[in-house]
Amino acid sequence: MSKKPSAIADTKAESAVKATDYALAPINAALSSTQRIELYRTMIRIRRFEERSLRAYQGKNPSGGTNIGGFLHLYIGQEAVAVGCCSLMGKNDHVITAYRDHGHAIAVGMDTKPLMAELYGKITGCSKGKGGSMHYFAPDKNFWGGHGIVGGQVPLGTGLAYALKYQGKKGAAMAFMGDGAVNQGAVHEAYNLASLWNLPVVFVIENNGYSMGTSQARSSAGQLAKRAEGYDMAWGQCDGHDVYEVRALMDKHLTLAREQSRPSTVEIDTYRYRGHSVADPDNTYRTKAEIEEYRNKKDPIQVSLHKLLAEGVLTEASADKIDAEARAEAESAADFADASPYPTPDDIQKDVYWESDHPAERKSEGRLFFD
Amino acid sequence: MPQITYREAIRHALAEELTRDPNVVVMGEEVAQFNGAYKVTDGLLATFGPTRIVDTPISEAGFIGLGVGASMLGIRPVMELMFWSFYSVAFDQILNNAANVRYMSGGQINCPIVIRGPANGGTSVGATHSHTPENVLANHPGVKVVVPATAYDAKGLLKSAIRDNDPVFFLENTILYGDKGEVPEAEYVIPLGKADVKRVGTDLTIVTYGRCVIHSLKAAEVLAKDHGISVEVVDLRTIRPLDFDTVLASVKKTNRVLIVEEQKPFASVGTQLAYMIQREAFDDLDGPIHRLATIDAPAIYSPPVETEQLPNPGRVIKAVLAAMA
Ligand SMILES: Cc1ncc(C[n+]2csc(CCOP(=O)(O)OP(=O)(O)O)c2C)c(N)n1
Ligand SMILES: [Mg+2]
Repeated sequence: MSKKPSAIADTKAESAVKATDYALAPINAALSSTQRIELYRTMIRIRRFEERSLRAYQGKNPSGGTNIGGFLHLYIGQEAVAVGCCSLMGKNDHVITAYRDHGHAIAVGMDTKPLMAELYGKITGCSKGKGGSMHYFAPDKNFWGGHGIVGGQVPLGTGLAYALKYQGKKGAAMAFMGDGAVNQGAVHEAYNLASLWNLPVVFVIENNGYSMGTSQARSSAGQLAKRAEGYDMAWGQCDGHDVYEVRALMDKHLTLAREQSRPSTVEIDTYRYRGHSVADPDNTYRTKAEIEEYRNKKDPIQVSLHKLLAEGVLTEASADKIDAEARAEAESAADFADASPYPTPDDIQKDVYWESDHPAERKSEGRLFFD
Repeated sequence: MPQITYREAIRHALAEELTRDPNVVVMGEEVAQFNGAYKVTDGLLATFGPTRIVDTPISEAGFIGLGVGASMLGIRPVMELMFWSFYSVAFDQILNNAANVRYMSGGQINCPIVIRGPANGGTSVGATHSHTPENVLANHPGVKVVVPATAYDAKGLLKSAIRDNDPVFFLENTILYGDKGEVPEAEYVIPLGKADVKRVGTDLTIVTYGRCVIHSLKAAEVLAKDHGISVEVVDLRTIRPLDFDTVLASVKKTNRVLIVEEQKPFASVGTQLAYMIQREAFDDLDGPIHRLATIDAPAIYSPPVETEQLPNPGRVIKAVLAAMA
């Protein structure tokens, strides 16, 4: 059992190296032009999808009702994190995250039509209109949600890693959480179990500086990822505005999980431009200037675009085309969602029990539902 | 037929299912090396080894959440809570994650987890260790809740619970662990959701489950002998799914009902039963539905008084006499 939390400690020093160098990290140097473009394309598809969903949220449907109800936590500004991490997934790697899950869902390869339809509460949604924005799932893409309770998904992610190990599969689970989630007890219980049992999980803290309206300084003592040391876990930290940097660091942590079955914690600095959810007026806890600073200097899509232009992988024209396609995709996702039917009241009691959904194979007797 | 204890019956069910299905894992505090806080898992580590019988740290939210996650990938974890009372620190994992994941994923994900352990008062361990959360658990669509009263039932029901594709919460009883009953050597399972008429009678139906079945059977003896009252005892065995047809058939026969439960009265399992009985058998009732529950206060420590706070044969007899008056 590895006992020193030093395996990846040098990555902190590495992150001080100039950002442009991350393109040269072996995991990135190995990328073909097409693969580089795909990373960019996925980020811009997430951005356009979410911008379109926000317009839908603010607008009315043709009969004057709301398109999207409840919460809509946008990932805008954080795209390089999910895209960078998920681009490293092999067939036995798994992902679980919190409620700010649109980016991860698209990054693992979910189709945006059912994703948009889920926001609209339609039966064609990825969870048949039963989960909503916070509860996307795609087990066929190794994506296990989409979880609404802060920190509650982290033990589940540890369980995915436990299952991989139990079944002798060489893979890793990535358990994403926000900077606010690190203060939940369940997260610390999961850290301890993962380290104690040598489970192949990477805990990914997406540090966007705020948990709702509370800044990191007002909520958390000490460096977030460093808490891993108390559990004898390696940890690393990087800037999450450059998809190459995210990949360079995550590759090491995923390798540690897959090859040595050791957990670790990664803290990725990022930023959200939008309010916590759409209902957040976003004027009590941070300044417009701060948001503009990030938008202008660190936007992950702009960072990536400039690199691809400099590398000669993209031209202005081909970049414009990718953007136009992403906008068109988002638009057709909205059209699909709009045109899709709602679930009916008869659907409410479907998908509650495996047994009630498989009456021919049911073994239990008696009433499962009550009125 | 061999007589074995309720504890051994549960252990045999675990051993048989561990042998049958390599995906079954038993996990919990002190289940392996210590042989179980209540010795239910005694000897399993020696037989099945540390990969299948896993000691956990004192992290109910952590290890139950881990079990939920593992179950999504096909493991069949059987998690022991040293006391069901400790479910409160894992509430989110049990009732948000296990109970809801199938629904919120539109039926894409199953959670075939079993959580088992004792849930009872009567052992002078105070209010923190004496919770009976079957009503709270059963209030959550998506879960199944089992409360066995006898060794035979415990074994057959636990085997079904482990094979079930939905989350099953299995509530045992520390006071029953040592009770012996006849259990066949040949393999058997009892389907969840099937009540059992433990005593046939004609004058009044007691609907009950768990240790209150034992109290009710003792009371029924006395009532027959000393009062000439013939009581039918219906043991629900499973709270959800609920075999209400057996309850109805009995009520329609006796026309009088007493619900006996080791629950606090407010919004208990009995509350739900009373609603259903009046709704579906109103015209068959010769009198109001009666209920005997735990006296409505946190579990008292004082040993002799706690016995009186809980249902017991004496209190059942009184309640039956009141219902027959
Ligand atoms: C247990 C729990 N407490 C509170 C909330 C309400 N809530 C939802 S998100 C959030 C902030 C979490 O911030 P962070 O973990 O940093 O993630 P981010 O929103 O920045 O992605 C809060 C307080 C919740 N969903 N669950
Ligand atoms: Mg945050």
